[in-house]
Amino acid sequence: MAGIEVTALHKRYPDGTVAVEQVDLSIGHGELFVMLGPSGCGKTTTLRAIAGLERQTTGDIRIGDTLVNDLPPAERDIAMVFQFYALYPHLKTRDNLAFPLRAEGLPKSEVLKRVDEAARLMRLGPLMDRRPRQLSGGEQQRVALARALVRRPRAFLMDEPLTNLDAELRADMRTEIKHLQGELGATMVYVTHDQVEAMSLGHRIAILNKGRVEQIGTPLEVYDRPASLFCAAFIGSPPMNLIEVEVADGALRAQGGLALTPPPGLSRDCHLVAGVRPEALEVTAPGAERSVPARVVSAEWLGDEIIYVVDHGGQHDVRVRMPPTVRFAADAQVGLRHTGGTPVVYDVSTEELVA
Amino acid sequence: MAVSVDEAVSTGPARDRTPPVRRRSGRGRSVLEVALLTVLAVVMLFPVLWMIETSIKENRDVYAVPAEFIGFTVTMEHFKDVFVGPDGGRSALSVAFLNSVLVAGASTVLATLLGVPAAWAYSRFAVKAKKDQLFFILSTRFMPPVVVVIPIFLMYRQVGLIDSKLGLILIYAAYNLPFTIWMMKGFVDEVPAEYEDAAMLDGYTRLQAFRRYTLPLLVPGIAATAVFALIFSWNEFVFAIFLTSSDSVRTAPPAIAGLIGGTTTDWGLVAAASVVFALPVLVFAYLVRKHLIAGVTLGAVRR
Ligand SMILES: Nc1ncnc2c1ncn2[C@@H]1O[C@H](COP(=O)(O)OP(=O)(O)OP(=O)(O)O)[C@@H](O)[C@H]1O
Ligand SMILES: [Mg+2]
Repeated sequence: MAGIEVTALHKRYPDGTVAVEQVDLSIGHGELFVMLGPSGCGKTTTLRAIAGLERQTTGDIRIGDTLVNDLPPAERDIAMVFQFYALYPHLKTRDNLAFPLRAEGLPKSEVLKRVDEAARLMRLGPLMDRRPRQLSGGEQQRVALARALVRRPRAFLMDEPLTNLDAELRADMRTEIKHLQGELGATMVYVTHDQVEAMSLGHRIAILNKGRVEQIGTPLEVYDRPASLFCAAFIGSPPMNLIEVEVADGALRAQGGLALTPPPGLSRDCHLVAGVRPEALEVTAPGAERSVPARVVSAEWLGDEIIYVVDHGGQHDVRVRMPPTVRFAADAQVGLRHTGGTPVVYDVSTEELVA
Repeated sequence: MAVSVDEAVSTGPARDRTPPVRRRSGRGRSVLEVALLTVLAVVMLFPVLWMIETSIKENRDVYAVPAEFIGFTVTMEHFKDVFVGPDGGRSALSVAFLNSVLVAGASTVLATLLGVPAAWAYSRFAVKAKKDQLFFILSTRFMPPVVVVIPIFLMYRQVGLIDSKLGLILIYAAYNLPFTIWMMKGFVDEVPAEYEDAAMLDGYTRLQAFRRYTLPLLVPGIAATAVFALIFSWNEFVFAIFLTSSDSVRTAPPAIAGLIGGTTTDWGLVAAASVVFALPVLVFAYLVRKHLIAGVTLGAVRR
């Protein structure tokens, strides 16, 4: 296992598309590193550059201590799992697993041993003599994972490996991957556009947007203090409420009267937006203490919670996460109260976190 | 080869393979349909039938007026004449058939050997002005052979390829190549590039990845493409008649055509030679009909 160092990666495709503007990543030995971002932000391209399937236009990639810029994929000693599993359709599971090993020219007994080991780890016993067509999506993905395992590569790259699975199976596989990664102490770069996946899997998450890294941090950091307006609007479901505020009388004041505790060190003269998580707000009875008058626009019952869309006289309606026991009808006059601590504040002109 | 392309590259869950059923209401309509189709079939097949009949009639029955459809004496003389010359040795026609086999076979192999890797390259790599290049390649097929046969004749005379089997092989291969590239590109596009990516990560070179993973999946497509190329080369007449003259080089189509004319025409021999000429392609096409359909429905199979 080895860490991966990506420096000033830039990739422009021959047709002129710039898929990766500038990406710097420092992925630790044994880390499960998640790249998260919307479709088309350059996740796959970055991953393929690390794998050597795509040559970067400029920038350096190091795996362990080796500069791998000019190494073909075969010599980078990396395994990749694809969104579409890329199992060879004409080979049985057993041979699909053995193939990478045969490529290395390992002796037969060693091949057998490693295949058995990977099969045991991914519980493939009964599937060993089937072809990919005879396997379900989840089974195919397990085979694909096992195929990546047998080689004992220096790092694993995974490109949305669970996207084709249904929700339940996806949750199972997520647990499985996390467990496996921990067990093997493997360096793993995991690409996804699913934030739940990113949050639950990643030791650290890199949020990419338009070929740039917007933020790198632990799931908690990324959730608590999104580094930019983009991250704030991307992470969380529903995402943060972005409320335009002004600094006045020692508070952040929004249109409609909502007042928030200002973080220290705010400069007065910029145009600010406060990021408030839906769970940091509360819908109350009208006129409740510290509440501002508001109106319920709509409510979304999700079973274990209710998401209220509330008009508080500000420029945008806000979303509020409430337990299912607190019920208000649509159009009801209510109060809106901020219950969380100091909100994060962004400068509208730079779109970045100011405090 | 019992796999169809469809099966071989199928990756997702099994697709619904049944073609949409066209429902026609009313019996009258279907009767009309059957009647029309029957008429059409008779019209289309009559020349074939007549050819077969003529090939087994004695020459005086061939000229009988009114024509005899049944009740003539069956003879195999003409078929013997196709293969055995008047001197008891090998006939000129049989040499022509051998030439046809050689020329069609070799040109198809050549076109396939060149076309499949080219198609793979066009499918997988970022090539400058790819669309324009592909269009150019296709455009070489816009003209019928007869348009270019004179310049080619002149060029061949210069380089000494005139009246040689090699000359025919080359021109047929050149003529089949655009078709092979286009058709094969469709098949390669159907095979996900991830197979090769995965193989390369597993330690294979790009070419090995192509050979070991993509190529096996392309076999049905290659078969379909090769059959089309083979049929074209086998049937080709214009180049053959312009570019070859001696009996030892000529392929079957001009050789058969050469039987017609002169003072008398041995129609029985012409018909028998035509039957012998048509048979291999028919049998072959029947054997690989599945692949042919795969070729015709190219592009209809979506990943
Ligand atoms: N081979 C290519 N040639 C030209 N442009 C490409 C190529 N591959 C990708 N792109 C473009 O590069 C950009 C980034 O693509 P990439 O596949 O890296 O996105 P992604 O983040 O993986 O998205 P997704 O979540 O949809 O998989 C996109 O705008 C895409 O259209
Ligand atoms: Mg992608």
